Amino acid sequence: MTATAAIRHKPFPYVERFAALAASLPGAGHPNVVALRQAAAEQARRAGLPTQRVEPWKYTSLNRLLETDFEPASSAARPAANDAAGWTVPGSYRLVFVNGRLAGGRSAAGLPDGVTLTTLADALARGDDDWATGAASSGHPFVALNTAFLTDGLVLRVARGVKVAQPIHLLFLGSGEAGASAIHTRLVIRLEPGAGIDVIERHAASGAGVYWSNPVCDIRLSEGARLGHAKFIDEGAEAMHIAVTGVEVAADAAYDSFVLTTGGALARNEIRVTLDGERAGCRLDGLYLGRDRQHIDNTTETIHAQPMTTSTETYKGVLEGKARAVFQGRIVVRPDAQKSDGRQLNKTLLLSDRAEIDTKPELEIHADDVKCSHGAAIGEIDADALFYLRARGIGAEEGTRMLVEAFAAELIDGIADKSVASLARGRLAAWLAGSAPGGTA
Amino acid sequence: MLQIKNLHASVGGKAILNGLDLTLPKGEVHAIMGPNGSGKSTLAFLLAGREGYEVTAGGVTYEGRDLLAMAPEERAREGLFLAFQYPIEIPGVPTASFLKTAVNAVRKARGLPQYDAVEFLKILKAKRDFLGIGDDMLRRALNVGFSGGEKKRAEVLQMLLLEPRLAVLDETDSGLDIDALRIVAEGINALRSPDRAILLITHYQRLLDYVVPDRVHVLTGGRIERSGGKELAQELERQGYVGTAA
Repeated sequence: MTATAAIRHKPFPYVERFAALAASLPGAGHPNVVALRQAAAEQARRAGLPTQRVEPWKYTSLNRLLETDFEPASSAARPAANDAAGWTVPGSYRLVFVNGRLAGGRSAAGLPDGVTLTTLADALARGDDDWATGAASSGHPFVALNTAFLTDGLVLRVARGVKVAQPIHLLFLGSGEAGASAIHTRLVIRLEPGAGIDVIERHAASGAGVYWSNPVCDIRLSEGARLGHAKFIDEGAEAMHIAVTGVEVAADAAYDSFVLTTGGALARNEIRVTLDGERAGCRLDGLYLGRDRQHIDNTTETIHAQPMTTSTETYKGVLEGKARAVFQGRIVVRPDAQKSDGRQLNKTLLLSDRAEIDTKPELEIHADDVKCSHGAAIGEIDADALFYLRARGIGAEEGTRMLVEAFAAELIDGIADKSVASLARGRLAAWLAGSAPGGTA
Repeated sequence: MLQIKNLHASVGGKAILNGLDLTLPKGEVHAIMGPNGSGKSTLAFLLAGREGYEVTAGGVTYEGRDLLAMAPEERAREGLFLAFQYPIEIPGVPTASFLKTAVNAVRKARGLPQYDAVEFLKILKAKRDFLGIGDDMLRRALNVGFSGGEKKRAEVLQMLLLEPRLAVLDETDSGLDIDALRIVAEGINALRSPDRAILLITHYQRLLDYVVPDRVHVLTGGRIERSGGKELAQELERQGYVGTAA
């Protein structure tokens, strides 16, 4: 290894656990799965973890991950009875994963024909390997780690033309009570032409302690399909959440994403979308609410690969205490993608002098007939607005809360799905009331 | 009720008020008139507690208390109300829920029970009908997209809901057509009572045709140069502020 490489990447000792673990991972009896895992482990070993010298990781340090001695999460954990209290999605079909394994039943009762749910543990056990071939299968170090150590997750398929009214609700719970644990889950979504469904994904803690969640989400939308994908990152106060989502959107298909991050000591959510057919579109919206010493990183990349593709992106954040956030938004318009339209906006409200935001919009345009825009704003609470509220008898604290809520609610009001909007409002209210991130609240 | 004594105040090192004296007893309506730049709005903001003003001498007592030592919300809860010359637009805060929050904050401080949504709507309806304010306005974000006249009527609505003991109205008449002026004046008159005081800050006397003041004061150069009865306003209207200095 050269001196330069040593600075850009550091070896990640956790990878060395693979050799001892390999025989006990699901799918160990199938040579194709074993080969896939071994190649991924080798790739992860060679890659190590990126340091802040690597551009996409410039503002986010992985030292905390490097310095923690993780054990692959134990399967013994079971969700506590109150884990889902105050968090329900009416009429949804729910699956709960605890420390990377399905907890409870898996019957598909109530789901319409044409919807197939397979747990990844089952898929691996029967030797499937097509889950590893999608948009998220690039040379990303965290995807390689996930492929090597994957324990469970879900493959969701919706058949041609089937529009599902009932949202799929996935609850991923983590706990580090038995020592620092690593959790590797994957969500694979394949929508056939014209299919439509909503997926609500929540990541939270079922117990105290340090854990590292390494979820990968791999989405492929065929012609004219539509996916609503809401993700709530409410991890525990000591948890690390480093997620990669890859999305391929075919012609006339639409990917609609909303990410609300309130929890985790370190949360990085990466979304990479390729608009790979004419008139394919995506909407990437996000809200991040940080306090104490939280570090929240939202990194997105939208590739307009075909003509007349559209993307809109709005990320808004509120930071207090010593919280730090990163927004990196890259829009790439390829030479063929004429008449494409890409819009991006990032706004952050800083409530304390010690809070910090690094925002980096990037436009890379290789076509000449396109509309693209981006903007970033960083501000404080408007002193005139706060004075106006106080002059009406509203206390400074409550007034600040009202203004923060107004700032964040503007984004939530734009969510078409009522149940997602209502969950988001609930999380926002809980955050404003000062409740600790994550957990079972 | 309100006593201002030898008040000197500056903004960014520039002296704006230069020894202002004013006594406003309970039950009376006083008008402060003066040309632009005479310190009218500075006085209004100082009374309401806006930051950015440095009081270099003198003081203000309100109901026997040191007003300037109180936080803005404390002043409001103790019954002081400022109708803003330029009400602030606050996107994302629905007008109706803002009104309820404000009214309940003030009621709580006064030891009164909180209104629930139904009770509040009832009270709100009575007062907004009186001012010709529609439901659509209350559903919109606070002051956002309101016309000049709507903003002023919304200020008066807030005043009637908060039931202040001392109301300070900063150019509430400016930018109103004659019908809106009449409505606003009716709102102010509805508040007049023996245990309340009202301070009307205005550039023109036309509001004073509808809300007849007990006393009129002329503010120039940051101090009261002249005081008189309601006829002083008419005199100013005829002669202008030039030459009114004693």
